[in-house]
Amino acid sequence: MNPWRHPGLWITLALTLGLGLWPVVLQKAALRETIFTILLSVALASSLNIILGYAGYISFGHVVFFGLGGYVGLYLMNTLGLSLWVALLAGGLAAALLAFLLGKAILRLRGAYFALATIGVNEAMRAFINNFAPFGGATGISLNFKVYQAYGGAANALWLVYTILLVTTLAMILISHIVKNSKFGLGLMAIREDEDAAEVMGVITPNAKTWAYVLSAVLPGMLGVLFYFKNGNIEPGDAFRLSSSIELLVMIMLGGAGTVLGPVIGAAGYQALRGFLLTNALFKNIQLSVAGILLLLIILFIPVGAVGWLRRRFPALRRLLP
Amino acid sequence: MQLFAFLIDGLLIGFVYGIAAMGMTLIWGVMNVINLAHGPIIALGCFGVYLLATQLGLHPYLALLIVAPLGLVAGMLFYRLAIQRVIDAPRLSSLLATFAINMIVIGLGTAAFSTNPRALDVQLGSLSFGPVTILGTRLVAALASIATAAGLYWFLYHTRPGKYVRAVTNNRAAAELVGIPSQQVLALSFGLGCMLAAVSGALIATFFPFTILSGDVYQQKSFVIGVMGGLGHPLGALLGGLILGMMEGLLPAFLPTTWVPVFEFVLFVIILLVRPAGLFGGKK
Repeated sequence: MNPWRHPGLWITLALTLGLGLWPVVLQKAALRETIFTILLSVALASSLNIILGYAGYISFGHVVFFGLGGYVGLYLMNTLGLSLWVALLAGGLAAALLAFLLGKAILRLRGAYFALATIGVNEAMRAFINNFAPFGGATGISLNFKVYQAYGGAANALWLVYTILLVTTLAMILISHIVKNSKFGLGLMAIREDEDAAEVMGVITPNAKTWAYVLSAVLPGMLGVLFYFKNGNIEPGDAFRLSSSIELLVMIMLGGAGTVLGPVIGAAGYQALRGFLLTNALFKNIQLSVAGILLLLIILFIPVGAVGWLRRRFPALRRLLP
Repeated sequence: MQLFAFLIDGLLIGFVYGIAAMGMTLIWGVMNVINLAHGPIIALGCFGVYLLATQLGLHPYLALLIVAPLGLVAGMLFYRLAIQRVIDAPRLSSLLATFAINMIVIGLGTAAFSTNPRALDVQLGSLSFGPVTILGTRLVAALASIATAAGLYWFLYHTRPGKYVRAVTNNRAAAELVGIPSQQVLALSFGLGCMLAAVSGALIATFFPFTILSGDVYQQKSFVIGVMGGLGHPLGALLGGLILGMMEGLLPAFLPTTWVPVFEFVLFVIILLVRPAGLFGGKK
């Protein structure tokens, strides 16, 4: 079937666009911050879904690309005085290059060994940046406030960042959908089901895996630039936090791995839940535990995630839920 | 001579790291689960000893004897609650199930104990051999670790449940065919792994300050050690612990302390790539 005529794609894009335009229409800055967090998670979870959901490789190091992009971007903007657009490009390229090199090395490992190696990469990266003087070592980089003036002051820069994020998120969903319906994507899913069989059937697995890894790394690299530009400063501890990567895994699990809509629903649901728990007087102090209990219940009883469950329960919906 | 002192110090701490890693690698060997709840259980071991010592006035080493069985029971409970149902599911499920335990423990622990650092004041004096001074607490911790490892090996090789654990490690389906209750054995193994984590946490509490979050550092060290020793080989983990302890003792003499983790984790990835069966393991 022509992937462009898939109604599910347009529904997903329309939902995301609607959510993204909501604060623009109302012109509310507080609402924009909430939606910013949700859209960022949607884009990051969708990008991780390519290597995790389609190719079946569990990565605990996705935040490495996000953090590296942020560092490269802030370094270029702050120290070399380049524009946000150049920084965005460089952040994406840096992440893609790292993914390519890592892919050549650690994607040979399978299953839990790959997962462990990504933990090692994350920790090694954090420890390295912690010592790397050009990136500010343990104190990180703080963006000079003057940088925002080129974008019409801090308030305008925030709206610009938000717009770029919205466009990027929509692009990520589109990429996710195109990959899933392409020959390349079918190859990845064959690898997920049985890597040896896929190889026998003619999928050049090392290449397919590496390109999937690169593809899943580019957007997090760019989003890292965007997020830390908005944030104003970056530190090694925050930029390479292992639990941020695991949060993305949780979002994908909630929504349904290997589906286009799953990471979108999972990320939005997770962030909405987190927001609720953090502001609720009863759960405020134990929000992490409540989230853990919910995660456990979902893994134990709905392991296919929300989208997978709906597709199984209501076969008629399959066309609508990509 | 100064270097020799660092070496001894590192080795003694290495035994304690080794115990935590033995628990991690035991769980991996028996059921192919990476236990992402290992860190919080190490932290609970720290707090167990701390609470028993400060609230009930028990001696920390006496408290250790209470914390160990509590760790066993907690581990068996975690297995029954979270892991049993996903033991045969795709790997992501069991990983996230252990991570869910991690979140629950850290969430409750942060609410109950905050994240302020705590420390136990255990004074055992020190032994001096010329320029080398050994702190009493570290010596006792190393001896306790050796005793724990010996106890584990005695259990695995000379008791019936221990032999069951080895049989299930070897081939679960075959073990079930000869009538071994595999679910109970898996629960026991997870409990043993958590017990080792709790013991190492309890020992760490006697010489390092800690918070509910410090377990994560030791969990990551357990991964490094476990891979060095070959995943699934408890004795390899103990040796790996010694190597890591030695590295942490010696490297700061040659390069800034903050570079040590870079070295550790790069080595970790390289070992995974070059010798995934571990430094000592030939068998896979």
